[in-house]
Amino acid sequence: MSITVPKVRVPYLLLFPGFAFLFTFFILPIVNLAQTSTQTPIAGGDTGQYEQSFAFSNYINAFLDNREQFARSFIYATLATVFALAIAYPLAYAIAFKSGKFKNILLVLVVAPFFTSFLLRTIAWKQILGEEGFLVPTLRNLHLMGQQTTITSTSIAVVAGMTYNFLPFMTLPLYASLERIDPRTIEAAGDLYANGITTFRRVTVPLSLPGVVAGTLLTFIPAAGDYVNAAILGSPNTKMIGNVIESRYFKIVDYPTAAALSFTLMAAILILVTLYIRKAGTEELV
Amino acid sequence: MSQKIKDASIPTIPFKARLSRWFGRNLLRIYMIFGFTYLFIPVAYTFAFSFNDSGKSNLIWKGFTLSNWQNPCGAPQICNALANSIKIGLLATIFSTILGTMIAFAIGRYQFKGRSTSNLLIFLPMATPEIVLGASLLSLFLVFKINPGFWPTVIAHVMFCVSFVVVTVKARIASLDPRLEQAAMDLYANELETFRRVTLPLVAPGIAGAALLAFSLSFDDFIITNFNSGTLITFPKFVYVAAARGIPAQANVIGSSMFFLALAIVIAGQLVNRRKAR
Amino acid sequence: MALDPIAARGDLRLTRITKSYGDFTAVDDLTLTIPKGSFFALLGPSGCGKTTTLRMVAGLEEPTVGSIHLGETDITTTRPYQRPINTVFQNYALFPHLTIFENIAFGLRRRGVKDVKEQVDKVLSLVELPHLAQRKPTQLSGGQQQRIALARAIVNRPALLLLDEPLGALDLKLRRQMQIELKWIQREVGLTFVHVTHDQEEAMTMADTIAVMNEGKIEQMGTPADLYDDPETAFVANFLGQSNLIKGKIDGNDGDNLVINLFGQKISMPKARSHAVDSSLYAGIRPEKFRISRTGSALRGNTLTGGHIEDVSYIGVSTQYVVAMPWGQELMVFEQNDDGVPPFNKGEEVVISWESSFTFGLRGDEDIEAGTEVNPEQLDE
Repeated sequence: MSITVPKVRVPYLLLFPGFAFLFTFFILPIVNLAQTSTQTPIAGGDTGQYEQSFAFSNYINAFLDNREQFARSFIYATLATVFALAIAYPLAYAIAFKSGKFKNILLVLVVAPFFTSFLLRTIAWKQILGEEGFLVPTLRNLHLMGQQTTITSTSIAVVAGMTYNFLPFMTLPLYASLERIDPRTIEAAGDLYANGITTFRRVTVPLSLPGVVAGTLLTFIPAAGDYVNAAILGSPNTKMIGNVIESRYFKIVDYPTAAALSFTLMAAILILVTLYIRKAGTEELV
Repeated sequence: MSQKIKDASIPTIPFKARLSRWFGRNLLRIYMIFGFTYLFIPVAYTFAFSFNDSGKSNLIWKGFTLSNWQNPCGAPQICNALANSIKIGLLATIFSTILGTMIAFAIGRYQFKGRSTSNLLIFLPMATPEIVLGASLLSLFLVFKINPGFWPTVIAHVMFCVSFVVVTVKARIASLDPRLEQAAMDLYANELETFRRVTLPLVAPGIAGAALLAFSLSFDDFIITNFNSGTLITFPKFVYVAAARGIPAQANVIGSSMFFLALAIVIAGQLVNRRKAR
Repeated sequence: MALDPIAARGDLRLTRITKSYGDFTAVDDLTLTIPKGSFFALLGPSGCGKTTTLRMVAGLEEPTVGSIHLGETDITTTRPYQRPINTVFQNYALFPHLTIFENIAFGLRRRGVKDVKEQVDKVLSLVELPHLAQRKPTQLSGGQQQRIALARAIVNRPALLLLDEPLGALDLKLRRQMQIELKWIQREVGLTFVHVTHDQEEAMTMADTIAVMNEGKIEQMGTPADLYDDPETAFVANFLGQSNLIKGKIDGNDGDNLVINLFGQKISMPKARSHAVDSSLYAGIRPEKFRISRTGSALRGNTLTGGHIEDVSYIGVSTQYVVAMPWGQELMVFEQNDDGVPPFNKGEEVVISWESSFTFGLRGDEDIEAGTEVNPEQLDE
């Protein structure tokens, strides 16, 4: 006796619980966020009381009031992505091509630091780069740094923190892509008169492009919405849009603005990502 | 003694050239050493300061002590926070792994209408900034007058972990040779038996990996948790709040322990794989 | 009402089987009977539909049209696990997470057989690998995996054993050895084997009956000797061994023979060996049937004059000649080096002769290039 479920139904049965969950707790919330974003305070009501009034002006106001933070978020995220790419690419290349039997160990070592809590790591950087650490006083004594300059509470620290924290998201896809390159293609390039640099430029880099795209996306998207690095390593001058949204939610209880900002952030990211993917030309990401 | 005679016809490479060649070959290896050092600096720092005789404020090195390791729950609230993180992590792992594995099988194994839309839907949560995920969920809970706390946090964690589980398990399913299942059916196993005896055992490592990933994502999560946990304290929240005053050394102890534990699990997994293959 | 599929025994009958994938027809109106107990080969180039046919018999694919019967039982739509048919897959498909013992025992356990250990031990002895029972498949060599895959199928005593190019991944020597062993096992155990391959030498060595397939259809079916000596189409003539195909016209009769005009030269061939439908035909002669002689020697049978040697290849066992004929065609000749006579030289003028009964005749509208494409898979590594 065999149990044969009609072949057509099985995939839908399997999908249903997970998708029902995602629908309730991902789609619906986003929709709800949308409807919150166009609300306005109830006249004469308490803080936190809002009513729907289709105030699309919320978006305009929110954006204009915070365009500095928006710009900063995208600049920091771009910088962090670029730096992460610069640091991670040679690392991934080295692990993929130059590590022989240590490949697996090295891969584990790339991911290992991220077993410690991300907050602990960021705070560690704060303390290492801070006044109480040993780096800053030493640099000051060597007159490489002014007595008034600090590393923490600057945008440099924030970007550095972001770069560091997103490094594995960049390294792993890069590695996966580089690892797939058949070493014989590289040999063939040499056989056809290309020197090391040319081979790299014309063979390795194009072939690793899917990894580059995946890595930059996996880095940029969370980086743009991040606020923890800015909160720990930065100052009020380095506020990112994430910080603003957080404070709108918890400190100022201004839900519509926070919602509008969130949507604007999502929309901006989506547009950038779509343009980027179109330009890079890779279809398969997931 | 005759070896001292140098054969003039064998050309020797000048020292400078040899040095630059050595550099060229090993440049990447040198870079790797610097790279890994950079990666481990904060980890080493955290580990080192777990031995600091610090009292409440773990900012300056005061002296070496083992007391933090002997009494990791010494700081107020810390073990409560840790326990919460672990509880939430386990629940989130179980649910997201089950839901995600089912989705992975559906998408990875079957051709059906809406397959590419499903793929896209799975990708969306991964592409959404955490702050938007957290904030939108909070909004929803508020509308239904549900207070943020333990279960809303679990739900939030399941939500963002599912996508990662799907991607991980799907990759494993894709590497499965379909002929193995055909062979099973050829050898008198019906669909259910084939799944039980051939498919599942072979996909299991992928599911295990996905579960591990889900747990670590959940345990380390701050932003989404911050929005949805209300007064409940998790370990990352504890660290964030304590950061202003100076985190207690016990937090370093716990952080370092998680590091070593996770490292041990991964290495053990690698060894098991290597033994299985032999 | 329906007979129990698992107990079905008898001849395998494929009736008007067609399998299409959208626009593409993999198997085209195929009808075939494979007698019980025979070693049957499905031979053809890749893409000809032989593997698809095999999979339909196994139950891993369903025919678009047509029916499959095993004895009296209609198994067309039964699931693979309901058929008394087992397959040896091309890449062996051994379960990597089970030991060799459990791999072999798999089918027995699913069927609820009681004396599992006994049966597994017996079949392991048959393939001479009893010491590997507790190993895992990844620890075995290709040849060993192949034999275990075979054991895993045979232990179930199926009505039909299907082999999907099982020897493809083995090196030449091992392949030859396995061909002999497989044939021996088939005789020993008495099962019906259906062997799918693109290697014509393999099919000819092992099979009692061969069906040559091309583009979803059976070109010709028969014993290896039938197919080799008397091919009915250009595809079969070219795919099995090599053929010389010379265009000609039937000029008349001479008793049981036809008189054929080949570019002005006259030859004769038995009427029964001609498959021409009108007066145009291709006269076919296998290269080893040709004899080369110098002009003026005494000759028997058909002769073609005016050729001169274009190329000589000394192979050791034989010498292969390419002879250019006056009408522009190059003929292949294989001469055995069995008489100590030195080979002919390039440029020499020669006469080709052969026994007329070796000639076969193909339809005049045949594509004489059919079956000649070199399949990369057929090149020995």
